[in-house]
Amino acid sequence: MTEAALGQPAIYRPTLWSRLNNSRNLLGLILMIPTAALLLLFLTYPLGLGVWLGMTDTTIGRRGVFIGLENYGFLLDDSVFLLSVFNTFLYTVVASVFKFVLGLWLALILNQHLPFKALLRAIVLLPWIVPTVLSAIAFWWIYDSQFSIVSWTLREVGLIDEYVNFLGDPNNARAAVIFANIWRGIPFVAISLLAGLQTIPPSLYEAATLDGASRWQLFRYVTLPMLTPIIAVVMTFSVLFTFTDFQLIYVLTRGGPLNATHLMATLSFQRAIPGGQLGEGAAIAVAMIPFLLAAIMFSYFGLQRRRWQQGSDND
Amino acid sequence: MSRITRRDLLKGTAGAALLGATGGLAAPAAAAELSFKPEAGAKLRVLRWKRFVQGDEDLWTANTQKFTKATGVEVVVDNEAWEDVRPKAAVAANIGSGPDIIIGWYDDPHQYPDKLVDLTDLAEYLGGKYGGWYPVSVDYATREGRWIALPLGAAGNCLVYRESWMKEAGFDSFPQDTAGLLRLCQALKKNGHPPGFALGNAVGDGNVWTHWLLWSHGGVLVNENNEVAIVSSETEAALEYARELYETFIPGTISWLDPHNNKAFLAGEIGLTANGISVYYAAKNNNSPFVGDINHANMPVGPLGKPSELNLFTQAMLFKHTKYPNAAKEYLRFMWEKEQYEPWQQAAIGYITQPLKAYEQNPIWTADPKHTPYRDTVARMFHNGHAGKLGYASAAAMADFIVVNMIAEAASGATTPKEAMQKAEKRALRYYRV
Repeated sequence: MTEAALGQPAIYRPTLWSRLNNSRNLLGLILMIPTAALLLLFLTYPLGLGVWLGMTDTTIGRRGVFIGLENYGFLLDDSVFLLSVFNTFLYTVVASVFKFVLGLWLALILNQHLPFKALLRAIVLLPWIVPTVLSAIAFWWIYDSQFSIVSWTLREVGLIDEYVNFLGDPNNARAAVIFANIWRGIPFVAISLLAGLQTIPPSLYEAATLDGASRWQLFRYVTLPMLTPIIAVVMTFSVLFTFTDFQLIYVLTRGGPLNATHLMATLSFQRAIPGGQLGEGAAIAVAMIPFLLAAIMFSYFGLQRRRWQQGSDND
Repeated sequence: MSRITRRDLLKGTAGAALLGATGGLAAPAAAAELSFKPEAGAKLRVLRWKRFVQGDEDLWTANTQKFTKATGVEVVVDNEAWEDVRPKAAVAANIGSGPDIIIGWYDDPHQYPDKLVDLTDLAEYLGGKYGGWYPVSVDYATREGRWIALPLGAAGNCLVYRESWMKEAGFDSFPQDTAGLLRLCQALKKNGHPPGFALGNAVGDGNVWTHWLLWSHGGVLVNENNEVAIVSSETEAALEYARELYETFIPGTISWLDPHNNKAFLAGEIGLTANGISVYYAAKNNNSPFVGDINHANMPVGPLGKPSELNLFTQAMLFKHTKYPNAAKEYLRFMWEKEQYEPWQQAAIGYITQPLKAYEQNPIWTADPKHTPYRDTVARMFHNGHAGKLGYASAAAMADFIVVNMIAEAASGATTPKEAMQKAEKRALRYYRV
């Protein structure tokens, strides 16, 4: 009013509305809201709730009270929990190493020119496609102490007299569940790495061959470095799947014998749901988070970020 | 204190008097017929465990339809795998919504007693009419003198053996005590028909026989004051016994889950195990060549001097969130009355043993003498929190397999009996700390 009255030239002053209306930042924010809401609702909230539950003494049927870190204190003194941490590490490390080596080997073979290539690749995926519970039940029979096909065959051939006690001895049981996990996990690693192998330009191999590289050198200095980023991603996922495995153990052993195959995930379930100790179960589940983060960090920093990939010298 | 009215007290003492009096033949002064008038337009949802024996479900459904016909109350019955009922019931109790009636397991009602409708009138009526409840039924279903659940019975557990192999082992009849059982097992093993009992984390079979083993020697996880008392000479004796018994077992039993012993027995791999009547039922259904050779015996009595079994006890809970409490009570009354209960028990071929003494007369128990031992399983059992109370701790301790693990550790020689019971003590203290 005053400005107009004074006769000064009108300067374009955008109203708040028109400013907002033209703001790209605001638009961006608005478009992000659905995603953010989904993440908050389905990831942050349950995670936060889990962390909170882990610090209460909630049981099924009774709202708990805040008890701080008492659950964790008890767990540190709990031999079954400590055993489950050991089992989980053993399970994850051994299974992941085997899955990586065998998966990479399989990927290299499948990358060759083979007859019926497509069919072979489809078949390799089968263990991964079969629902875990079904393959676990198959292994349950394979490992049965009385009806094992493996034991039966070995006995018919005359190699053993007694049936193998696959799941009835703590160390045998650990080996058996790890084997089943490896069998199930290899296809994922193999097919993912195969995809990675196919992105490596053939010209690199040609150049290296002209330089007189041997097959081992081709693998060591061309394939492996080019594949590292894919390996990092694939192994991160593989480690996460293995670390949090549940179904296989639950069907095969329920954590037995003598809790030798109890993983943190299965123990968490056993304590929280059938046992009713929701707070303690949540605490065990939360205790897995630091380990998972460490696994991710390791593969992220250890494998993914190589300086040469970003243009510097490799040291 | 103030919650107990004079009326409750009278009812309580009358109930106790009835229970006391029903030991003999004297028919208790039968209460007048009781019935509840269903609310107009009532509908009920019932959640129960999925049958182990087909006849159970068939007759349960038929009885329910009969109820609907008689009262016009629509009833939907959902069946869930038996291990899933417990978490579902807990959720229903927590959120105050869900099925009106849930037929759960063991000490479920003691996890959320405030959420359950008082069934004292119904329980007293049924007890009065049908010869009284067994003591363990009262333990499981009452809290502070009030009935918070209605026992349905228990999936009884007996020793299942091969008659001819027992005779071959030099026994004319099945041994009645733990010492005799050990001798039989040793002889069976010598003849190549070893026994096998589940020692893995088997929710049903593992818990049931290991608790019997502990209790039969006088060991208890907790004493009458609900204090952990597992470290004792009695427990040590039980563990020594377990070790000797384990030496006779077929290899692999510490990995056994619930189905393993059934499979091994039906395949003729083992000569003796502990199980429900389902092995016999499966053998009959599959025309097993040795079905006639299968026989049953009650769990033997140990140094304790009296039966001390654990069986999978099951009971109905009526939740306060129901909109139709009278219809629900009427449904329960109807299903528990002789006209419905006995045919149902027959259809389930005795898989469930009655919680009420009068149903001992059910012809199913004598129609085939092999059924008879299962008749007595509820009379011979303790509750799973023995000798303490039922509650959070008893449920959690059993779900964590404390007793199963202790016996498996000591039996397999993974630890000494002393170490095994000290470990169990530490684990039990966690749950019994409050």
